[in-house]
Amino acid sequence: MKKFLDRILGSALLPALSFLLAFIISGFVIAFSDSKVLKLVSSPGKFITTALSTVGNAYLALFQGSIYDPNLAHGHGFLQGLYPLSETIVTATPLILTGLAVALAFQAGLFNIGAQGQFIFGAIAASYVGFHYSFTPVLHVTLAILAGVISAAIWGGIVGLLKARTGAHEVIVTIMMNYIAGFFILWILKTTKFLRHGRIDPIAPEVAPSAQLPHLAGANFRLHAGILIALLAAYFVWWLLNRTTIGFQFRAVGANASAAKTAGISVGYATIATMALCGALAGLGGAVHVLGSEYALTADIAGNFGFDAITVALLGRAKPLGTVLAALLFGALRTGGRTMQSNTTTPLDIVLVIQALIVLFIAAPTLVRYIFRIKNLKTQEAMASKGWNG
Amino acid sequence: MSLELKGITKSFGSLVANDAIDLSVGDGEILAILGENGAGKSTLMNIVYGLLQPDSGEIRVNGSVVSINEPSDALAAGIGMVHQHFMLIPVFTVLENIVLGHEATSKIGKLNLEQARAKLLSLAKEFGFEIDPDALVEDLPVGVQQRVEILKALMYDAKILILDEPTAVLTPQETDELLEVVKRLRDQGTSIIFISHKLREVKAIANRISVIRRGKVVGSADPSASQEELASLMVGRSVNLAPDKTPHAVHDVVLKVDGLTISDSTGRALVKDVSFDLRGGEVLAVAGVQGNGQSELAQAIINLEDHVQGSILLGGKEIVGLSVHDSLHEGIAFVPESREDDGLIGSFSIADNLILDTHRERPFAKGISLSPRAVAADAELKAKEFDIRAQSTKDPASSLSGGNKQKVVLARELSRPVKLLVASQPTRGLDVGSIEFVHERILAERDAGRAVLLFSTELDEVLALADRIAVMYAGKILAIVDSNVSREKLGLLMAGVAS
Repeated sequence: MKKFLDRILGSALLPALSFLLAFIISGFVIAFSDSKVLKLVSSPGKFITTALSTVGNAYLALFQGSIYDPNLAHGHGFLQGLYPLSETIVTATPLILTGLAVALAFQAGLFNIGAQGQFIFGAIAASYVGFHYSFTPVLHVTLAILAGVISAAIWGGIVGLLKARTGAHEVIVTIMMNYIAGFFILWILKTTKFLRHGRIDPIAPEVAPSAQLPHLAGANFRLHAGILIALLAAYFVWWLLNRTTIGFQFRAVGANASAAKTAGISVGYATIATMALCGALAGLGGAVHVLGSEYALTADIAGNFGFDAITVALLGRAKPLGTVLAALLFGALRTGGRTMQSNTTTPLDIVLVIQALIVLFIAAPTLVRYIFRIKNLKTQEAMASKGWNG
Repeated sequence: MSLELKGITKSFGSLVANDAIDLSVGDGEILAILGENGAGKSTLMNIVYGLLQPDSGEIRVNGSVVSINEPSDALAAGIGMVHQHFMLIPVFTVLENIVLGHEATSKIGKLNLEQARAKLLSLAKEFGFEIDPDALVEDLPVGVQQRVEILKALMYDAKILILDEPTAVLTPQETDELLEVVKRLRDQGTSIIFISHKLREVKAIANRISVIRRGKVVGSADPSASQEELASLMVGRSVNLAPDKTPHAVHDVVLKVDGLTISDSTGRALVKDVSFDLRGGEVLAVAGVQGNGQSELAQAIINLEDHVQGSILLGGKEIVGLSVHDSLHEGIAFVPESREDDGLIGSFSIADNLILDTHRERPFAKGISLSPRAVAADAELKAKEFDIRAQSTKDPASSLSGGNKQKVVLARELSRPVKLLVASQPTRGLDVGSIEFVHERILAERDAGRAVLLFSTELDEVLALADRIAVMYAGKILAIVDSNVSREKLGLLMAGVAS
């Protein structure tokens, strides 16, 4: 038990310290970019107190916007105060799934930049089954999700197939396929099958209520069953990687493809299967996002989920649990950032600064070790450099 | 110049790598330091070269104490080092590599190599090296690359030269050439520390031999001492250098290779029309200088090569075209040439490495579900049987010493039902104790009636183990000879002289 705790602490220490450093440095950025604070430079005492209160207010707003807001609770009970937390989870849900799609690829030595495109295909297929057909409630939502998962798995599998058969590098292929997916959704939303009746802007009809994921905490909260699916998927990825022969092969190919091949493991099969599974996970993200919170397919349905996924997977060290936690953190920063922007003078963009700094420190463990004078900070392998060489 | 080490002690945590070591090497002398892998030789030399700092002890050059905090201090004191793994930039020329870090430039920063070129050429002439200053290092054979390293040390006036396992990567011929070069350097006044665990070389070249075991100098020996004496000093127990090879009963043909041609992706033939038979209970050693098609031939037998023509019959069944997995499961154990690259997954645990090939089978897997308990139990058994020394079988394979890594590979490959063992350079880079173990294991397989196909560039190994010897040259089998062939004849065949 103690060993287990040590291991958790060991691998959580670097992200935790990076997080702390990112917030400290962003504090300076907030203070020095605020015109009110800058005007007081001539009187140091006032300057420091104003700077501190500006930073404090910004971070307080960030917390209120992402976890718990006492103003909302006032008069409506404690639970209503948790509305921001529900929003955080709703934002994090697709991010967990796309993050897993990148993390799983990392474990198999592949760099999946294509979560964005895979997400889009998942969303398109799920949306189509959702609005075009009608089935009984449980069956409908299941079929819609399956449609999303399968079409995205094929989309991802193409990348694996190209790599296994022709040696085409997955980074290049996934980037190109992201463009294809991005323009494909623009085009398909203009077709009569998808364009909502009476609209000229690219938006599809809303999915039928029978295809919508159920809310978990009543109609006042947007929290939906997608989070349960995402957590199950994270457990599935952990199980697959650590408890199955398939995951064993993925990890073997990722760690040393040449030795895996010599021991009789088919590198081509592992590559195709990995990319198809990664596509399935990102596609599940797209399906859950459409069926759980958006209901209608739009051109920018994927937002930045596929690209943030790379950061999330890096932050989570390509481990399923780490990816879930990293996605929740990013979800919190995103939702909290909006409140921070509206309640204080600090702009939403500061959230990007925080995110970027966290990743920077994670990628430079030597720097963190130096700043905190830690000798044996467990760094494991630097994930960022993997995949390009494999 | 003379170098003296007095009471050098260095520990890493609880491990004492060097324990009060005293050594000295005089003017124009070759001191051989003999010791197994992990005995502390490299730690000691890294201290002398300034890559590590000792906990206590002092280094004297020509009688006066010097403090060496980094390699530049060592260079300034006249100490040069040639590392086991070369520190050269492959895409630079010889000259560029040699001036690296000491580039002479004009006022505006333009590189001026002419002075260095003149010095390099005169040095090369002085020591009888043939070297083209403008050749790219990556185009040079390993032996010549090593000479570039030696020249690099000499360019900066090293009077004391440390050679760390210099022959580990060389062919027999290159080794002989290197030994000549080292003798010539000595005769011209350079003091040399020659680190090795190869007894034959040490005997051939040293003026004095010091033996290090577990961080201590356990004795010194005269080069006239027998190999057995040196080996037992080094290992700390008596060692059997020539494995007992009992007369053998040969069985039926297990492997029949017929007209095998292997090409690379550009269509160039690397192995040309090779045919041979191999019977159960027999060791056929494929000897030859590295790069004459042995690697490709070995890989083709488990279908790791893509462009193969001809036939390979295993127990009468054609196996060309099978997948690697199926080839292995037809009854082939395969020990690849490079354990680190092809034999093991360094970041995987020892236990996981032991099931790389059989992870889909019971008891390790039921359906697709892996049983960690069965994997761990199996690892304990194999670690005991093959004497794999590790704190835990959950440790990553990369933490093991070379000998133990090879034991993991052997344990994995020999735990399937096997008809044929294909072993490529199975003792390359291993210490005496591990070589002994590997050799015994290979002969045990032979005595159990299995066929063994051994690929080796080490003549000693070939002569000690083989029943028959096939010599490969330029992709062809030049001759298959009996194991009582003379060293000289074998050497000629390896150089391509068939007569």
